[in-house]
Amino acid sequence: MNDPSGRPDGGVGEQDVLALLADLDSELIGLAPVKRRIRDVAALLVVDSARTAQGLPVAAPGLHMSFTGNPGTGKTTVAMKMASLLHRLGYVRKGHLVAATRDDLVGQYIGHTAPKTRELLKRAMGGVLFIDEAYYLVRPENERDYGQEAVEILLQVMENQREDLVVILAGYKDRMATFFECNPGFSSRISHHIDFPDYSGDELMQIADLMLERMGYRFDDGARAAFVQYLRARMEQPHFANARSVRNALDRARLRHASRLFGRIAGADRETLSTISAQDILASRVLQAAHRGESEPC
Amino acid sequence: MRVTQGAFSFLPDLTDQQIQAQVEYCLRNNWAVSVEYTDDIHPRNTYWEMFGMPMFDLRDAAGVMSEINACRKTYPKHYIRVNAFDSTRGWETIRLSFLVNRPAEEPGFRLRRVESQGRVQRYAIEPYATDKPAGRRY
Repeated sequence: MNDPSGRPDGGVGEQDVLALLADLDSELIGLAPVKRRIRDVAALLVVDSARTAQGLPVAAPGLHMSFTGNPGTGKTTVAMKMASLLHRLGYVRKGHLVAATRDDLVGQYIGHTAPKTRELLKRAMGGVLFIDEAYYLVRPENERDYGQEAVEILLQVMENQREDLVVILAGYKDRMATFFECNPGFSSRISHHIDFPDYSGDELMQIADLMLERMGYRFDDGARAAFVQYLRARMEQPHFANARSVRNALDRARLRHASRLFGRIAGADRETLSTISAQDILASRVLQAAHRGESEPC
Repeated sequence: MRVTQGAFSFLPDLTDQQIQAQVEYCLRNNWAVSVEYTDDIHPRNTYWEMFGMPMFDLRDAAGVMSEINACRKTYPKHYIRVNAFDSTRGWETIRLSFLVNRPAEEPGFRLRRVESQGRVQRYAIEPYATDKPAGRRY
């Protein structure tokens, strides 16, 4: 097997990898177990190219992964990053990501599933196949469900074409556990089972800052304090979806910010247009409800 | 007689690595690659049997290679070619086509002389292999 990255020098230096890990650290907040695993994989690559230089045998590592965790813990985001990361590390040749759900893999009638699954797998070759909510693939309660056929083809390719394709499954933890129990072949072919922890309050605040920065906004001091308070109240409530809830809260704050400025837009300078202040946050129903002692979400 | 059809046919047969490199080139140009086979190698036989659908949206040649290998496994003694279709407006045609599999023995072509009107002599060629019914040639 040639060097899959197609690099002329045929290897990845320690410096490249360290730079890459630093990038990752700044782009992803929290997620210590994920970063640790990526670090391990990256280290293996550096060691492997050193081993090749010494004439020692090198086996392609299994890179199929399963991401489990609560809603909004960054599973999809990390999967997207993983494709380009593995490409930069030289583990996959093209580094594109093909996202699939049950619809894309499982056919509607007899004989439809296999070509459909194969076609998708062919498209994903050289990159990463990301199957979100993988437990929907198989419906164990329906014995004539075609999902099992898709799973079998998937397993076969995962086993035989490991150097062509990386498969990442994602889903909520308890349902993935049931899925793996029903398909023990899957569990054993996936070498990296990564659990995404919930974010702490501080991490959520950092995420909020990062999201705002990308949207071209910022908190003033009052808004920051209010948002900390908001997060504390929101985390207590049901259906809290970590970073996704933060994003939604920020979107709503932007709406309030916009309607506050609406009508006197002529006088607004750059500063006003990009600063979210405390009143935009405090108007949230979450905080209103917390004040009134109710627990109505949103 | 060695059949020479498509690109590279006067070169020695391409190795898998060379085929992969050619397919990579096709995919880089956004051409849709497909695999076809036949056991009637007459030069005017333009439309071969498709092995599966043309492959759109591929990024890596590994998918095509697995398809080629599947076709070779199913039809080890057929001629198999890889086509690359360019859908760009103004082209809308096959841009590259080359053989990736041929039978071990190629008996070649018979030249047939046909008497036409008057004393006009016309010529036709046909592969010796097509004397047998389809599927039992080669």
